[in-house]
Amino acid sequence: MHLPFTRLGRRVAATLLVGAAASTAALAQDDLLNQLEQTPQPAAPELVEATFKGLRLINGHTVQTPGQGTLAFLISHRFGALNSGAYNFFGLDQATLRLGFEYGVTDRLTVGIGRSSMEKAFDGFLKYKALRQSTGPRAMPVTVTLLATSALNTLRFTDNLERTLPRRLTYTYQAMIARKFSPDLSIQVMPTLVHRNLVARATEPNDVYALGVGGRQKLTKRTSLNLEYYYLVPSTKPYDLRNSLAVGFDIETGGHVFQLHVTNSQGMIEKQFITETRGNFFKGDLFFGFNMARNFTVRAKEGFRK
Amino acid sequence: MSFFSTSILEDIEARSEQSAALIDLQSGQVAFVIPIKSFQFKRTLMQEHFNENYMESEKYPKATFKGQLHNLDRDALAKGQSQQVQVEGDLFIHGVTKRVQVQGALELQKGNLLVHAFFSVAPADYGIEIPLLVRENIARIVSIKLVASCESVSQISAAKP
Repeated sequence: MHLPFTRLGRRVAATLLVGAAASTAALAQDDLLNQLEQTPQPAAPELVEATFKGLRLINGHTVQTPGQGTLAFLISHRFGALNSGAYNFFGLDQATLRLGFEYGVTDRLTVGIGRSSMEKAFDGFLKYKALRQSTGPRAMPVTVTLLATSALNTLRFTDNLERTLPRRLTYTYQAMIARKFSPDLSIQVMPTLVHRNLVARATEPNDVYALGVGGRQKLTKRTSLNLEYYYLVPSTKPYDLRNSLAVGFDIETGGHVFQLHVTNSQGMIEKQFITETRGNFFKGDLFFGFNMARNFTVRAKEGFRK
Repeated sequence: MSFFSTSILEDIEARSEQSAALIDLQSGQVAFVIPIKSFQFKRTLMQEHFNENYMESEKYPKATFKGQLHNLDRDALAKGQSQQVQVEGDLFIHGVTKRVQVQGALELQKGNLLVHAFFSVAPADYGIEIPLLVRENIARIVSIKLVASCESVSQISAAKP
């Protein structure tokens, strides 16, 4: 009695059967494992995962989304300027804070809200992973995530300008194009448009264009060095503004990501760090800060025990 | 194929339906290949950690097993009785090969071979590091359950191209 048996996933069933059948005569002598490994692989592209560990690179977003059913709670802090002197304990006396929630509606679509102490701003965003980097047949070289955010400044003003709701709003549109070159190195490019309904001077542009670049280099399995830079297109660059530069260090544990960084931007939403950065990174206008993210599974994948 | 890890803090469970296997009842040889990335977890984040931090599935995309069936009674199997068998062989996970012995059951039903096995694996044996911070979340010994139904690859089908 000669009965070789085979068990396989639905997708590979047909190919493996043929593969195994063609060589049945030699089956008894050959190494079975080698036979299995020679079987053609399923012709589906394999997604590249974990391009970045955090949902934020440093100030700005990464291409990552939390995944279906996952709620991420983000706490971000930036202390005051390092060069503000001993009286302010080198900036630690003046923290700004942002609290945010982001929820993965699907693996690709995320909705988020946040509140910053700076400008008492509320922000909301939609983030969609349009393309996903993959390997194998019909491989996609990059991951592309689209982001649309709006921010509402709710400060009370004493000037005589009428602050209507539209005047308090700012919109940001961003495309993030990222590639994971190796398990350690990922690079991301972010063309960005910030539209401000109200600007300080008549000569200032309402639309500010910026090109961001950033990336991570892993140092160990769970730590990485991150860089982020937003170059403002000179023709639309508002007066007295500087490009945002940030250097960070990520520590990843089970359900948390801790991100420590220094940056010349004090704000943590696009509108603030792209169009309101005035600090000079190299003259000590540095804000030390951290982001902390905690993920909660709100809706687990189906078919698993609770 | 599925595995469980139970600890005080959390239960981790994952399943894969993409494993491939060949069992040769004549020579008693057994072979399994499981793509690591095919394991599905309850939580997206667990799946990501599993692939990136623990199994390094970009570096080690597959787990394999190559073994030999012991004490197989072919006649009893042909009669449709469930057979307790022992398999001894090399389990390859995360770049490390270890010799293991696995208890299992075989049963022939309507031309299909049903395979059941339940065994344990210690991540530490395969060079899978678990950082101190999450050591309480992950069991030292992970249980593995294997349920497979194998189709016969007969001589007749071999004749067809």
